[in-house]
Amino acid sequence: MSDLTKNPAPETPETPQTPQTPDTPATAAEESAAPVPAVDPRLLVREEGIKGYWTEFTRKIRGGELGSLPVILGLIVIAVVFQLQNSNFLSASSVANVAVYASGLGIMAVGIVFVLVLGEIDLSMGSVAGVGAAVWAGLQVGNGMNEWVAILLAVLSGTAIGALHGFFFAKIGVPAFVVTLAGFLGWMGLQEWLMGGEGSINTPSGSVVENLTNYFFADKIAAYGLALVAIAAYLYSLLRDSSRRKAALLPARPLSEIVLRTAVVAILVLVVAYVMNEPAGARGLPLALVLFLAVLVLADFVARRTLFGRKVFAVGGNAEAARRAGINVDRVRIAVFAISGTLAAFGGLFIASLSGGATKSLGGGNTLMLVIAAAVIGGTSLFGGRGKVWSALLGMIVIQSIQQGLNMIGMSNAIQNMITGAVLLAAVVIDSVSRRTQKTAGRA
Amino acid sequence: MIHVSATPVLALRGVSKRFGAVQVLTDVDLEIHAGEVVALVGDNGAGKSTLVKTISGVHPIDEGTIEWDGRPVQITKPHDSQNLGVATVYQDLALCDNLDVVANLFLGSELSSARVLDEIAMEKRARELLDTLSIRIPSVRIPVAALSGGQRQVVAIARALIGDPKIVILDEPTAALGVEQTAQVLDLVERLRERGHGVILISHNMADVRAVADKVAVLRLGRNNGVFDVKDTTHETIIAAITGATDNAVTRRQARTASKEDAK
Repeated sequence: MSDLTKNPAPETPETPQTPQTPDTPATAAEESAAPVPAVDPRLLVREEGIKGYWTEFTRKIRGGELGSLPVILGLIVIAVVFQLQNSNFLSASSVANVAVYASGLGIMAVGIVFVLVLGEIDLSMGSVAGVGAAVWAGLQVGNGMNEWVAILLAVLSGTAIGALHGFFFAKIGVPAFVVTLAGFLGWMGLQEWLMGGEGSINTPSGSVVENLTNYFFADKIAAYGLALVAIAAYLYSLLRDSSRRKAALLPARPLSEIVLRTAVVAILVLVVAYVMNEPAGARGLPLALVLFLAVLVLADFVARRTLFGRKVFAVGGNAEAARRAGINVDRVRIAVFAISGTLAAFGGLFIASLSGGATKSLGGGNTLMLVIAAAVIGGTSLFGGRGKVWSALLGMIVIQSIQQGLNMIGMSNAIQNMITGAVLLAAVVIDSVSRRTQKTAGRA
Repeated sequence: MIHVSATPVLALRGVSKRFGAVQVLTDVDLEIHAGEVVALVGDNGAGKSTLVKTISGVHPIDEGTIEWDGRPVQITKPHDSQNLGVATVYQDLALCDNLDVVANLFLGSELSSARVLDEIAMEKRARELLDTLSIRIPSVRIPVAALSGGQRQVVAIARALIGDPKIVILDEPTAALGVEQTAQVLDLVERLRERGHGVILISHNMADVRAVADKVAVLRLGRNNGVFDVKDTTHETIIAAITGATDNAVTRRQARTASKEDAK
């Protein structure tokens, strides 16, 4: 490597640091000329500050890189429409309700995001959630085991089930669709068998599992403190990244952009914290939301910043290329299904907490579909290689907001399902159209 | 021409390989020196790909020896070959479309500390590498899917250089490229030679071979059929070696077209 990097070829120009707009004729002429300078046009645009940021934003939108924009616009529309129908929609209790209901399914959606990035599907999420809840209930309530041990074993049972799916998929070569379809049926049977004669096992009052969704940090300092910590951590990570990039002479985010990003995040986070704390009927910060956010932050770090995450995206993008690059594709696949099983079982405990106990039918019904829909609405591709962990949060908030809003204006379950289905279809349509625009704009 | 060392970096001596009843390679010799581009040519089924795969460790050899810097070595799996310093760029690029250029360059050999990626170090080194090779791409942070065919090919070749190999094997690097992109890849091959890498270039395109190669090693039906110095060998001689006869389809066709033009 040394002789490759030490002496840059004399004809290579230093990366120009002078700001340039892509729309000036000079740059356009340069781009059409044969030797295009090796610079990142997008990063140069950002050097101009807020105005450049806007140019960059509009260019991206025109190029079809919509990112999370459709979901955020969708959320605004949902909020306005339901608020006009029922003035309680944005009330403290309603928002807390959405947050709590979104948490359990959202944690499961994080699991399915990993599987979708791999380009596969896990149809057994609901059944595994049911098994997790049944294992926990059987051990703690049925056998009087320590509740923490019972919870740990329940979550680990999900890990084991997921790893088993991964084994059959990666090592034996059975399509994941079939493996997890078999799992969907089989684990549903195991769940019923574990529940035995009991139709349901109630959560003991005051137990950890009951608190998962019923505990609220009533102290106002909790919500505000968490918000401030999040803002500070976000700002710190942006500044640190920027200074390290400057030290390495790489294009870095300008200060104006860092301030803008932090301001947007700060406003969002503080508004949520305010709604949790201040209005009449506010109960404080829900524990469920804290756990969901913890899972999101951890999973996002794993997906974007670690070797493992890079391998998952590589296998999802081109498994053969990953194999030739020396990545153990089988191990990555098994690990991803194990993650999905783990989070499914963990989510199952939340569902048990919400419904007051483990039942024979927990995790059945539309649980699986809502989980997959959330990941897709949030913007994770079904075709592998593309997706963000945060799409689990965005998608699940959309779904739960719609259900909450329709409940508040007294719509029946049937109508709710139809509307959720239409939203899912709309999300996929937007995704497909934007991807086609990206292709024509040469960005995909 | 570049100074060529006395001991070849890689030498194959009497290499044979059979798949079941099919004798694919018989007693093949091949030498590659540092700073030398050896074109490996031959008709379909001549054994070019198999020969390359024995070097890159995909198929272990049955007989013969492989020497590295004059010492006999065993290459039984791809890892052995990579450890010696052989990098192979396959015909089907093996890039991940969804990952950006930096991620693709370092795929499988990411820089990290405590299993956390060091994106900044990787981006810095990627820029240095691409600048050194005078590779022009719009950004190192766009997905490979957004690049043109030629850009993807140069990224694939650049990726082979991350581990600083001594020998780079290029399997039909210009097969699917346009005129401009082909020229870019050929430029890159010359830059590899200038930096002292030995290059094995598999190609069906005689124009490319004559443009960049120092030597042409011809395989025919799994055997050596001559090693030629490009600058003092005619096109016809190489074609004759590939096809195994001075009277072959190519010369007959040339004769035909020549006589037609004479008639005009």
